[in-house]
Amino acid sequence: MKPRFVLRSSTPWWRGPLLIAIAAVVTFVVTAALIRWAGGNPVAAYRYMFVSPLQSKFGITESILAATPLVFTGAAVALAFRAGYWNIGAEGQLLAGTIGATWFGLQAENLPKVIAVPGVLLAGAVFGALWALVPALLRSRLGIDEVVTTLLLNPVALLVITGLLNGPWRNTATGFPDSDVVAEAVMMPIVWPGSRVHFGLVAGGLMALGCWWYVGRMAGGLRLRAVGLAPGAARIAGLEVERTLLATALASGAIAGVGGASEIAGVAHQLTIGISSGFGYTGVIVATLAALNFVGGITVALLLGVVNVGSFSASRALSIPSTMGEVVQSVLLITVVAALVISRFKIVWKGNDR
Amino acid sequence: MNSSPTSSIWLKEIRKSYGPTVALDGVTLGIHTREVHALLGENGAGKTTLMKTLFGLTQPDSGRIEVDGNPTVIATPRDARAAGVGMVTQHFSLVKTMTVAENLALSSSHIVRVDLEQARGIARTANDRFGLEVPADAVISELPVALQQRVEILKALAAGCRYLILDEPTAVLGPRDVDSLLDVVRRLRDDQSMAVVLISHKMKEIERIADRVSVLRRGAVVASTEARGMTSKDLVALMVGAGQSGEVALQSEPLASARKPSVANASQKVVLRVAGLSTTKEIGGLDKVSFDVHSGEIFGIAGVSGNGQTELVEVLSGTSKASAGGIEIDGQEMKSPRPATLMAAGMGILGEDRHASAVHQLPVVENLVLDRLDSFTKWGQLNRRAMSAQCDEAIMQFEIKATSHQALGTLSGGNMQKVLLARLFGRSPKVAVVSQPTRGLDVASTSYVRSLIATARDQGTGVVLVSEDLDEVLELSDRVAVMYRGTIVAIVEAREASRERIGELMAGVAK
Repeated sequence: MKPRFVLRSSTPWWRGPLLIAIAAVVTFVVTAALIRWAGGNPVAAYRYMFVSPLQSKFGITESILAATPLVFTGAAVALAFRAGYWNIGAEGQLLAGTIGATWFGLQAENLPKVIAVPGVLLAGAVFGALWALVPALLRSRLGIDEVVTTLLLNPVALLVITGLLNGPWRNTATGFPDSDVVAEAVMMPIVWPGSRVHFGLVAGGLMALGCWWYVGRMAGGLRLRAVGLAPGAARIAGLEVERTLLATALASGAIAGVGGASEIAGVAHQLTIGISSGFGYTGVIVATLAALNFVGGITVALLLGVVNVGSFSASRALSIPSTMGEVVQSVLLITVVAALVISRFKIVWKGNDR
Repeated sequence: MNSSPTSSIWLKEIRKSYGPTVALDGVTLGIHTREVHALLGENGAGKTTLMKTLFGLTQPDSGRIEVDGNPTVIATPRDARAAGVGMVTQHFSLVKTMTVAENLALSSSHIVRVDLEQARGIARTANDRFGLEVPADAVISELPVALQQRVEILKALAAGCRYLILDEPTAVLGPRDVDSLLDVVRRLRDDQSMAVVLISHKMKEIERIADRVSVLRRGAVVASTEARGMTSKDLVALMVGAGQSGEVALQSEPLASARKPSVANASQKVVLRVAGLSTTKEIGGLDKVSFDVHSGEIFGIAGVSGNGQTELVEVLSGTSKASAGGIEIDGQEMKSPRPATLMAAGMGILGEDRHASAVHQLPVVENLVLDRLDSFTKWGQLNRRAMSAQCDEAIMQFEIKATSHQALGTLSGGNMQKVLLARLFGRSPKVAVVSQPTRGLDVASTSYVRSLIATARDQGTGVVLVSEDLDEVLELSDRVAVMYRGTIVAIVEAREASRERIGELMAGVAK
């Protein structure tokens, strides 16, 4: 008797949400034990993580701010995964985007804003795509696994930033290893007055919606999905599998790169070594939790933004480690992935072979 | 051991069907120690299914197994080993990154302890005991296929097997390795008093080594006799069912009216020209394959599996590259034969593995137009309405039992094949290469698929029909080419072709 996974021919509409709910309950139970062990009260911790950020305007806007880069990286990762290109390098591509944006922002003094803001985002896109180029070429030309190459380029991007900040871009005013403040012209407008929520949220949302439209409604999107689901069958149907992979990988890198530019031009206004707190890696979690759905990805990004803000207040109030928020995210990832598999496939225990 | 009495395993009245397809139809077969028992039959005749039943990999729907007269249940390979049955399948189950000894130790019956020393001992003495020379400490992935196969055999022997099943063991071997494998088989029979079941397509090997020959045809044993006195020709005749022409004639009757006189084809233009195609693959590659296919004819390619047909279809579809030779479609030379360019020139392909051609998770409608999305696209947007209309029409026309939004992977084999054929013929190809179009289909789907192929021919498509089912090739084709060892050994007019002659050509025994 071996279990086999068989594709479900139809799924009732309630199965997906029900399984996700079960996954959430399992996550609460598992992490409750860990929080208890760390000396905290689980119920209070969950209240700080999920509820208290939503009880003040400051909490809400800070959560949205924390979610903004995740909207980009979530879409970037989902797009690549849909094509069967396992881009784990959104972190590096986002960092490359911050380099591009800073480079553009440091010399955009005399540009009008209507040119400077699109320009800084474009610079992020180009640098992100360039950072994605080498693994994409290795995969599409030579078949070299992209999981390893994209992943290993992430710390390289951080090292490049460290080098730049300790060398040519060292702060001219303070001498600290962070860049000068970028030109006023590239700074993106605030979209929620009285907060730090900036235009990057709109740009990220539009990009995610664009991906959703492209993948679901356009011919290229159908090709992309076919290549991702069954490359052999796609090739037999005359699709250009390698070209699709290459283009998707570059698009994915570009989206992550714009996410980096949005951090520079929207909130940080200068390049620092800690510019990204693992946004690219969290993007993988966002994409997976949203089942590679782009609109769902925006929602998940906002949820994780809340958890990120909330886990800090939980940590302060209950003196439990602030990484507990990441633990919750990771356990949720595992349980939701299991739930998604169960929702798409049924498990057959009968030893009946075919 | 030499003095041990002859014992035997009997498979009795074994029946097995996969859905509507009957794979084994009440098969009774005895396997005796001190005998090499050759099991012959075309692809899909049921050889492998029968042996999987004996080794516990497949459960029969009915029937029983008797070991030395005692009814025995063999539900798993573990039961089979306990009954003294071992099997070496075509796909080896070795851990490639481990050494020979480690693989042997893994397969031993110890649950917790891994006894490497004992495994090394087995490997070291294997040469003396069985004539099986294997390097105990070599890593599997660094060994040639012939040696990996020996490790598999040794694994079975170490488990105490008395009945050894070898599933097409020589298909992956070169001539010299075949000789030494046959020596090993001979020693196992003579020195170890074992039974060896040899599933094979190769008449010459069977002639050389078999004591007993059983021929399976369409899930039934058509002959089980002593090998002495049987010639290759006799075996081929049994295998392809010569002398049963009545049955074949009956089957082809509905299509006979649809067949056009092939004389007319000579005047038709050449839509596919294949000239000197070769590939570098050692086993199953191509060696200077040349032929022309005319508009409005079915050009059948017959052959025992593994003689280059798969490679030929891969090259024609552009998924595999030829090292020499060229393809011309409708007079246009294909300079860079990739799937997209070949299809644009008028080539249509139905691959031998329909599952590999289908995007299982996508709905029928998206699979159906995947190869010509541009005609359903405006400003990059998919025209869903046009796609649905096209799909509904195809579902009606091709009698597909499915809805357009059903995931393709949930369809039955026959309906999936119909979707792929609807896609193929929907683009009105000049040349259609269809490979094993009815493999695994039930009777109704089979005859429907064949009638589709005949219809396409009548509408002027040049069809290349690659099939291991000789009946199918003879029934449909206007001309028949026979592939043997990667090359076309003969092209004959179907009406002049005799089953015996083609069978001999397929087996490589004809001069």
